[in-house]
Amino acid sequence: MELIAIAFGAIFVNNVVLQQFYGLCPFLGVSTKKSSALSMGMAVTFVITLSSIISYIIYTFILKPNDITYLSTIVFILVIASFVQLVEMFIKRFSSSLYSALGVYLPLITTNCAVLGVAIDTTVNSAKIFGGNENPTLMMVTIYALGISLGYALVIFLFSAIREEMSAYPIKRNWQGIPIALITAFIMAMIFIGFGGIV
Amino acid sequence: MAKKQKSIREIFTNGLFKQNPTFVQFLGMCPTLAVTKSVESALGMGAGVIFVLVMSNLAVSLVRNYVPREVRIPIYIVIIASLVTILEMLMRAFAPDIALLLGTFLSLIAVNCIILGRAEAFASKNGPIKSMADGLGMAIGFTGGITLIATFREILGAGTFLGMQIIPETYQISILIQSAGAFLVFGILVSQINKIRMNRADRNEVA
Repeated sequence: MELIAIAFGAIFVNNVVLQQFYGLCPFLGVSTKKSSALSMGMAVTFVITLSSIISYIIYTFILKPNDITYLSTIVFILVIASFVQLVEMFIKRFSSSLYSALGVYLPLITTNCAVLGVAIDTTVNSAKIFGGNENPTLMMVTIYALGISLGYALVIFLFSAIREEMSAYPIKRNWQGIPIALITAFIMAMIFIGFGGIV
Repeated sequence: MAKKQKSIREIFTNGLFKQNPTFVQFLGMCPTLAVTKSVESALGMGAGVIFVLVMSNLAVSLVRNYVPREVRIPIYIVIIASLVTILEMLMRAFAPDIALLLGTFLSLIAVNCIILGRAEAFASKNGPIKSMADGLGMAIGFTGGITLIATFREILGAGTFLGMQIIPETYQISILIQSAGAFLVFGILVSQINKIRMNRADRNEVA
């Protein structure tokens, strides 16, 4: 039951983009086409979930016992950077169409703050997200990271669908592009506030 | 590109207005929206970014001739992450309130695209003095941008400015200090700044 609450909270209530503002650059950048938004969502899901697990293991078994948690930012960023490199090589090898669709945004997952943000939130700041629990289990972290990234994929896909539809309508010149996308995100965020009372 | 002939002053003001990271380049959007709930946290974030960006531009510019092209990005990332770690420790020691206010976003300066972007686009090609001027200009431009957003959000949403009560409670638009409001305020500001820039560009074309 607790795990379901964590998952639901991570996907909807504390939605990574609309509530926590992680990973906005790709959110606004890649979301003009449904297909690329979907592949970005998948890549991010994969990277966030696995890098959080790796970070959790490193934090719990290496950094914390040796009292060097102040190094976590550097360590996590290295883990994420090398992991993204791995995913990039993998995609390049097995799907050239996916590779060309994601283009420059794949290396940019390294600087996608959602990845580092979730890694830090589940370890150093775990009290904040697990209701004061400073020693979450690996299961909780995995479920949370999976939920967060599914929430990311969901929102980026919905958003790209709206933007694709919107591109057919005339929009005032100074509102085109980023401004209208931000207003759309505002309306989506208001809808997601509605989930707040559930958990 | 006539980049070589640019004076220090031009490099510095470039980041303030023409290439403003917040409103023109749309870099570092996550902190832009996340820490603009109050002017205090925006200024705290700005100070952090000024420190990290100036120092990282300096460091990258100093090592630029010794770093092989293939591994430059990982090296820049390590430089930036180390600076952020220093900043985290300094802030926790000397400004614990602001460190608490910024939370995870303090560590996330490490992945702020402005910093890696400037390292790659400017500091890896220019000398240390110019790079520091560029970093300072960009960082102050960023601070100005987020402080502007925070001013609107705090005054209209919470009725305060730096904690001082200005607008009575009945007239506050509380959605603006919630997460959703950040998108609204930022969107409106960008559209108005676009309008000014487009009008200016039109006038230049006519003249």
